[in-house]
Amino acid sequence: MAYSVKVLEHYENPRNVGSFGKEEEGVATGMVGAPACGDVMKLQIKVGKDGIIEDARFKTYGCGSAIASSSLVTEWVKGKTLDQALEIRNTQIAEELALPPVKIHCSILAEDAIKAAVADFRKKKPE
Amino acid sequence: MFAPVYFDHNATTPLDPVVREAMLPYLGERFGNASARHEYGRNTRRALDLAREQVATAVGAEPDEVVFVSGGSEANNLFLKGTAARLPPGLLAVSAAEHPSVLRPAAQLARQGWDVRHLAPAADGRLARDDWQATLALRPALVSVMLANNETGVLQDVAALAAQACSAGAIFHTDAVQALGRVPLNFRELNAAGVGAMTISGHKIGGPQGAAALIRDRRIDIEPQIGGGGQEGGLRSGTENIAALVGFGLACERAVARRAEGAAHLDAMRRRLESALADLGATVFGAPDGRLPNTSYFALPGIDGETLVARLDRAGFAVASGSACSSNDHGPSATLLAMGVDADLARGAVRVSLGTGNTERQIDDFVFALKAMALNLRRLGAVALSG
Amino acid sequence: MVKLPIYLDYSATTPVDPRVAEKMIPFLVEKFGNPASRSHAFGWEAESAVEEARAQVAALVNADPREIIWTSGATESNNLALKGAANFYSGRGKHIVTVKTEHKAVLDTVRELERQGFEATYLDVQENGLVDPAVFAAALRPDTILASVMLVNNEVGVIQPIAELGAICRAHNVIFHVDAAQATGKVGIDLATLPVDLMSFSAHKTYGPKGIGALYIRRKPRIRLEAQMHGGGHERGFRSGTLATHQIVGMGEAFRIAREEMAVENVRIGALRDRLLKGLSDIEAVYVNGDLEKRVPHNLNISFAYVEGESMLMAIKDLAVSSGSACTSASLEPSYVLRALGRDDELAHSSIRFTLGRFTTEEEVDYAVKLLHQKIGKLRELSPLWEMVQEGVDLSTVQWAAH
Repeated sequence: MAYSVKVLEHYENPRNVGSFGKEEEGVATGMVGAPACGDVMKLQIKVGKDGIIEDARFKTYGCGSAIASSSLVTEWVKGKTLDQALEIRNTQIAEELALPPVKIHCSILAEDAIKAAVADFRKKKPE
Repeated sequence: MFAPVYFDHNATTPLDPVVREAMLPYLGERFGNASARHEYGRNTRRALDLAREQVATAVGAEPDEVVFVSGGSEANNLFLKGTAARLPPGLLAVSAAEHPSVLRPAAQLARQGWDVRHLAPAADGRLARDDWQATLALRPALVSVMLANNETGVLQDVAALAAQACSAGAIFHTDAVQALGRVPLNFRELNAAGVGAMTISGHKIGGPQGAAALIRDRRIDIEPQIGGGGQEGGLRSGTENIAALVGFGLACERAVARRAEGAAHLDAMRRRLESALADLGATVFGAPDGRLPNTSYFALPGIDGETLVARLDRAGFAVASGSACSSNDHGPSATLLAMGVDADLARGAVRVSLGTGNTERQIDDFVFALKAMALNLRRLGAVALSG
Repeated sequence: MVKLPIYLDYSATTPVDPRVAEKMIPFLVEKFGNPASRSHAFGWEAESAVEEARAQVAALVNADPREIIWTSGATESNNLALKGAANFYSGRGKHIVTVKTEHKAVLDTVRELERQGFEATYLDVQENGLVDPAVFAAALRPDTILASVMLVNNEVGVIQPIAELGAICRAHNVIFHVDAAQATGKVGIDLATLPVDLMSFSAHKTYGPKGIGALYIRRKPRIRLEAQMHGGGHERGFRSGTLATHQIVGMGEAFRIAREEMAVENVRIGALRDRLLKGLSDIEAVYVNGDLEKRVPHNLNISFAYVEGESMLMAIKDLAVSSGSACTSASLEPSYVLRALGRDDELAHSSIRFTLGRFTTEEEVDYAVKLLHQKIGKLRELSPLWEMVQEGVDLSTVQWAAH
């Protein structure tokens, strides 16, 4: 499998790996995928009082493209409002990382992870 | 050491040293399995892709039209049995002078309900027109006619035959093993005329034994004959023989690139040989103007071919009395009998098949030796007859 | 200094032993004759080399040289044995027994025979990868004509109880084929005593060249086959077509070396394999696939739980290993062999097959151990599954939002 330079770069130096403390204020978690499918992504966002995503963390069980996709979205969601974050499309992720067709599902999963994290935040804190 | 002169290039050719050099790393550090996903495997995969491109380019085909197999016999088997398996049994027409790897699968198909018709040759070795037209009228489903005959070197006008066969609704295959590198060969042109598939092989063109290809129009449905890991697009399973395929690819490239200059040399040698043969009263079989430039198939009246071949071997000339594969069978060549050659004369058949590494000097030496033997054997024969 | 990547994929293919290459080269230079050419010295020389090689192959497995025929490889041998026997003996019955963990060359061929009207039973294996002889015996029917079981599995390296299974076949008048492509030079094979009728061999898994293999066809009692490749009548009509003399010579030499050196070599390689296993056994949540005792000394197949297979291969690209068999790893399907052993998909996905060989060194093994510790650690740090397990979550109770 030939990976793009950008995938390799994220894979070698993943950004924002880890988890936030459970008790931390404004933290929400999106967990998508299933081990049997070969991918599980956990994306956490930390939302400030102003509604802006201050920080993000991820952990991913999956191939290099899945790891790179989730690493990339932790960078992209930072500084965005929840609605702006929801505008991130898998096609943008796939394009940025030059994912081959067989790896498009990784970018879809990353988009789903954002949606799941935002939903978790809104569920915990109905506006 | 005394090195015999090799005049049996239609059986197999010496390996081109440049080809050998290209192969050796694949018997050494480049040993990966092309299916493996690590660096060793990827290196092999790249070499395999290159070999496929070289073969395709050399014969005017697309890389995805090339199916690598272990030899010409396998390619012929794959086409005939694989294509027949996907068709309702019908008429299969093959020329009577085909290689056993076409004739025997045809016989096998006959047992499975196919009608098999052997196309008769005319006296010059080309297909007899009447028989060909009569066969077309029977609407064959499959036709296989070799481009150049291994024994006689006679060339068939395969493009014209294929066009007619195609109009009659047949799928047309040609065994081009002996033609590659010796006459111009372009699959795209042949395909446009109606040729659906063709067989080529490495060890007849300075490549190694163990590598060959079926070049085929992808629209033809072929059932794999060897199943397993799904290599060659599922058409031929088994770990790729990378060293041989690397050699095959390069040999195709070189044989085709150097064909024209080689042909002139072969033609000059063959003319020299055949004019001497005429002086000896030999009959040279097959159309004089429609043969491979390297093949002379002849008989000296009253002299047994097997005996002559054995004497020539002792004198240091490696020639054949028939095709290598059928050297086991005794009795006169079926190909010659089909051409209407008298059985006694056919028993005298000897095949000289030249390579570009041969020299005019070797031809002269051969003619000299042959003359002496002919004289001697005829005298013995005369003694035997009078005794 | 170890040379990277380290080759630990000897079951996919082996390098040609330099001694083998040396023996082959004259046949790529001056000894280029076609062994079927009966009219001159070039042909005779090739023919005599071919016969010497045949005797060498026969000697490794204690067979008569007349029982060995050349093929283009074990895949062709398997195809010829199964199709050839099934077609020849189809008058006797139509049932074939094989095992779910066989090589694709056997499974694909049996499927093809099913399409031709034969019936097949694909036996399960036990959790250790071995066929239970009682299950095997129970699967035989009055119309069973043929059974095929591999001697050594290519993925997990387990050694099947061929002698026992063969005896069962004899008792039921069933022809027994054994794919021994992975076995030569690794386990002793004595066909004078083994109740086996047909056996497939490959050169390139035993330090010989690619493109050449052999099929053993028993003479007493005589086994008949319908030829699958027709032509000039080479190989006593069983297999037509010019096969490469240099490759045949290479296979002979490779099998000669195997016979002479396997006893010593297997001890050395077994020690290296054990060193690898010991080095990895302090990593948490690793599982060895397949029986460790009834196994060739070259193979270690391990699942590293909670890391995904493809990213693991990426992380350990300095090790040339395989996940699943080489022939199927182009697809992302988890290994069907590991599935047959009862491994779930995640563990199958995260399995690595290490196969060691003649040129593997202690340094290489130590390097691999160190690298795996480091990379598995890194990937688990990235793994949400590992985190959950550390927190005491039972993953089997989690409701996954599968997409």
